[in-house]
Amino acid sequence: MNDRIARWPFWAMLRKEFIQMRRDRLTLGMMIGIPAIQLALFGFAIRTEVRHLPTLVLDEARTRESRELVASLVNSSYFDVVGEVRGRAEIETRIGRGDAAAAVVIPHDFTRDLKRGRGAEAQVIVDAADPLSSQSALQGASLAGLNYRPTTRARQALELRVRPWYNPMLDSSTYIVPGIIGVLLSMTMIIINAMSVVRERERGTLEQLIVTPVDRTSLMLGKIVPFLLVGYVQVSVILLLGRLLFHVPIRGSIPLLFLMAFPFVVASLGIGLFFSTLVRTQAQAMQAGFMFIMPNILLSGFMFPRAAMPEPAQWIGLALPLTYFLTVLRGILLKGVGFEALWPEFLAMWGFAILIVTLSVRRFHKTLE
Amino acid sequence: MSAPTAPAASAPPAIITEALHKRFGDLVAVDSLTLTIPKGEIFGLLGANGSGKTTTIRMLTGLMPPTSGSATVAGVDVVHDPESVRHRLGYMSQRYGLYDDLTAEENLRFYAGLYGLVGREGKARVEEQIAALDFTARRRQLAGTLSGGWKQRLSLACATSHRPDVLFLDEPTAGVDPAARRHFWEMIRELAHGGTTILVTTHYMDEAERCDRLAILWRGRLEAVGRPHEITAQLGAPTLEDAFIALQLRDQAAA
Repeated sequence: MNDRIARWPFWAMLRKEFIQMRRDRLTLGMMIGIPAIQLALFGFAIRTEVRHLPTLVLDEARTRESRELVASLVNSSYFDVVGEVRGRAEIETRIGRGDAAAAVVIPHDFTRDLKRGRGAEAQVIVDAADPLSSQSALQGASLAGLNYRPTTRARQALELRVRPWYNPMLDSSTYIVPGIIGVLLSMTMIIINAMSVVRERERGTLEQLIVTPVDRTSLMLGKIVPFLLVGYVQVSVILLLGRLLFHVPIRGSIPLLFLMAFPFVVASLGIGLFFSTLVRTQAQAMQAGFMFIMPNILLSGFMFPRAAMPEPAQWIGLALPLTYFLTVLRGILLKGVGFEALWPEFLAMWGFAILIVTLSVRRFHKTLE
Repeated sequence: MSAPTAPAASAPPAIITEALHKRFGDLVAVDSLTLTIPKGEIFGLLGANGSGKTTTIRMLTGLMPPTSGSATVAGVDVVHDPESVRHRLGYMSQRYGLYDDLTAEENLRFYAGLYGLVGREGKARVEEQIAALDFTARRRQLAGTLSGGWKQRLSLACATSHRPDVLFLDEPTAGVDPAARRHFWEMIRELAHGGTTILVTTHYMDEAERCDRLAILWRGRLEAVGRPHEITAQLGAPTLEDAFIALQLRDQAAA
């Protein structure tokens, strides 16, 4: 009997939330508009691989082989030749001025050494003030070096093969877009949910709800369940756009991805609920949401590899559900791995979700103080 | 004005407070308030802004725990067990508690649902309320687009869908035109005739006159309590308004 009574307010809450969601353009916009904008922003604008570096060429050898080397560098798409120079001093001034970001120097004895099989040397000079570009240049240079097959028969002293798995084009959107699903999902879930509770407080409806027999759990679940749906719509929209615009591979199982997204969305909604118990206004809810998202973007491995971080930063990362969800997203989409590889992440996200939702329900007292 | 309803001798009082006290930091919002309100009475809490009316209602509805003292509503100790009394009390706040983005009907259905009125029973109750409140033409209108008087009516309906024993109204007619106010008081009177106990706060003197009994709160203290004419007699003033102003002057003289 008590159970029955306790269940009804939940259905009333659910119904109400769905009606409100349908009428709220902001929520609908957040569901579809924001993913589209963010995806375009992150996907097109944020590139960690730098291509087409303006490059100078100082070819002292002036042989067929040296021209082939330059061609091979250009073919790697990392370098665009913007000019030929006559001396090293000119390289220095032009890179210093910013006209060029790289230079290729092919010495006099390049072809001779090549023919003798002594391991010919050419030099790539890079403006390393921007480490991202310089890394790309280094990468491009080594790729070009590997692909360089001079027409003249020559024995190479060393052969090194780099094989970029999962992302052979080394395309950063392949890496970034699956991450965007996670970042956007947690951002919108946290903010939408915190704002929805705080709005009730601001408009005085929360006061009204408190005097009704609705229990805390119904109230909180009523705020979680409808937004789960929003979350799934978002995942689908981003996946679809990522596929159409960026050709992000989907190598693993989509149903598995949806299953794994469940605890992550619940955890994000739980964080939103938790924030709603800390803040008073919708503006504060929004700020709290963004403040939480910042360390998530930096520490979860969304933009920077966690392995490169100092240990304390890695520990903080382990406390963020996004860290686990990113592993899941990249695992399923890029590597096509299954549940047998991802169950630890699944459990970690569930643990976090249960913890934060319980904490929010406890913090949410049915009083106005 | 109809005669005050005489409380049945056998029925226990609907609201009892004893030395109810609420302090916010240094500010004493409600200062040892002791009141007994019999069943079926329309009881008015009269006072200026900041006199402790809203805080009193919030303590009685379990929205806020008192600093000390006790309060019983419909026989339940609301200080220690506010959840048990929720089914039996209704509350209409100053801000109406309506969802602007829900229609009138949806608001009614939502609140009825929270009180367990669902399915056929809930539908019947909502239809009954829509008819009683003359809401048929406006049932599909968003609550946010209703005028003040209609909002107030809808809010009252939402607060009473479960036919509560005790109804709390916090400045229900603020910002509503006189015709709507009169209509609203007719509905209140009808509820009281049906046995609902009503505690209403106001700072309109004409509304105070319509109450069976009144209490005047002044800076959280109970200054006078009784029927409207008893209060004027007690304070030696020709009208309630004069009595009210006399209190204010006395207070300023003391300060």
